[in-house]
Amino acid sequence: MEDNKAQNFDVIVVGAGPCGAAAAITAARAGAKVLLIERSSYVGAKNMIGGAVFLTALKELFPDDWESAPIERYINKHTWSLLSDNSSVEISCNFPDEFKSASIFRSKFDSWLVEKAKEEGVYFAPSTLVKNLIIREDRVCGVKTELEEIYASVVILADGVNSLLARNIGLRDEHDPKDMVLSVKETLKLPKEVIEERFNIKKGSKNGAAVNFLGGLSLKDAPFALGFMYTYSDCISFGLGVNLEDLAQMGLNPSDLLEKLKEHPVVAPLIEGGELLEYSAHLIPEGGYNKLPKLCKDGVMVAGDAAGFVNGVHFEGTNFAIISGIYAAQSALYALKIKDYSEKTLKLYEKKLKHSFILKDLKSYRNVMENLYFRANSLMNYYPKKASSFFKIFTGANCIPKREEFRNFIFHFIKDRSLKELLCDIKAFLSAVFGVLK
Amino acid sequence: MSEENIKKNGIEDKLTTIKYNCDSKTHLVPDENICSRCEIRCCTYICPAKVYSYDENSGMLNVEYENCLECGACKIACPYDAIGWNYPKAGCGVIYKQS
Repeated sequence: MEDNKAQNFDVIVVGAGPCGAAAAITAARAGAKVLLIERSSYVGAKNMIGGAVFLTALKELFPDDWESAPIERYINKHTWSLLSDNSSVEISCNFPDEFKSASIFRSKFDSWLVEKAKEEGVYFAPSTLVKNLIIREDRVCGVKTELEEIYASVVILADGVNSLLARNIGLRDEHDPKDMVLSVKETLKLPKEVIEERFNIKKGSKNGAAVNFLGGLSLKDAPFALGFMYTYSDCISFGLGVNLEDLAQMGLNPSDLLEKLKEHPVVAPLIEGGELLEYSAHLIPEGGYNKLPKLCKDGVMVAGDAAGFVNGVHFEGTNFAIISGIYAAQSALYALKIKDYSEKTLKLYEKKLKHSFILKDLKSYRNVMENLYFRANSLMNYYPKKASSFFKIFTGANCIPKREEFRNFIFHFIKDRSLKELLCDIKAFLSAVFGVLK
Repeated sequence: MSEENIKKNGIEDKLTTIKYNCDSKTHLVPDENICSRCEIRCCTYICPAKVYSYDENSGMLNVEYENCLECGACKIACPYDAIGWNYPKAGCGVIYKQS
């Protein structure tokens, strides 16, 4: 190509999170000259995670030394807790010998990834903000930072949920608040022994627990929100993700909602005595398949959160980020090999994603979030309440004939709202389930 | 919940746990013309760091950009797309250590 002389790098990756690091490492391992750029001076300083990364993707990137990652606890006990005003109904599963996900601090985890990248020969530029992409003859051929222009054959955008670069070059539209979840979180210090006792974790083990809370906000019209809690070595994370459009329309503040959830009689004992170490907030893109951006253009690809790769139902994000970063790098490597960086060549990235679990899952889950969102009040209020009253009968021994109680329960289950609501719930449920399975 | 019911103190206390490297210039630039006429100002209540507050007397939207957590919610939620949202200068802004 004519501008070969000016090119400094084969690949520039913008953003040093799990996606960017995975892309940089993959490209560097194959011998490409890679620059990884991060706007923060400390790696991971701009990043927040509910608590856990999935390890399968990490193992794919580091089959031999993934265990040296700064893992806090293996999250192998999961609880879903339906909260009504003053009670809970829970489902829990426990796999004490499985190590599929682990709680991490982004500052430590992302730094570890970047150190790995440096070991592989990746050039790392922290404290560097990319203001724009360099475009020549409609082709992206580098980045413009606050200080200089740096050229590359391929640029990979892994710059996170707010990716201004992807928007500026028309890969994505403006985000719709309906598709975004605003998550606030607190890291709370608790003694190790207290955590192990409270969450029923084997003493001295590296096992850990996650709890998700649905409902419990004591609001008549509840926003679509989900509480989460993860155990770390000697602290816990406790947070709440709330649909951004709901916050705006209902006049709510996410931190105040979290405070409300803290007061719930089932939640309060779990966090009691926890000293606030750090408060944080971050957006999660949950628009899914229907809101995917254009994934590549001449000389550029977008991956990870920047591409909206998140499955909100299963809390998958970091694994999508790592694998999509790997695919983007592999596609860049192919482009470098045949010296053609056009969109047509980089479509290989799209093809890889389509054949992988990432786009397959996003596609089959395309309507799930929307269905859940439309039935938020059922999910957040009605069913937790009904589950609670069912188990009150089941466990109550109320000296009333059970037949009478159960009949009464069924009567109220149907009669407490208009029948239309129930039908809408059933329709949403079936649409979600069949969407995934068909 | 009305705006008065939002406990600002809670957030102020929480923000003291976060480290920042403050930029000397704001990275958040709301459009004064639009904001002064806005009937919702959802930025003043959805922001997890309470960056925005509206001064009825001066008719100005105050922006405490130093507290910004760089989440991007204000820009996306604003129905008039009136908030010019950028990242702070390289190396500046929020520094999460335990998140």
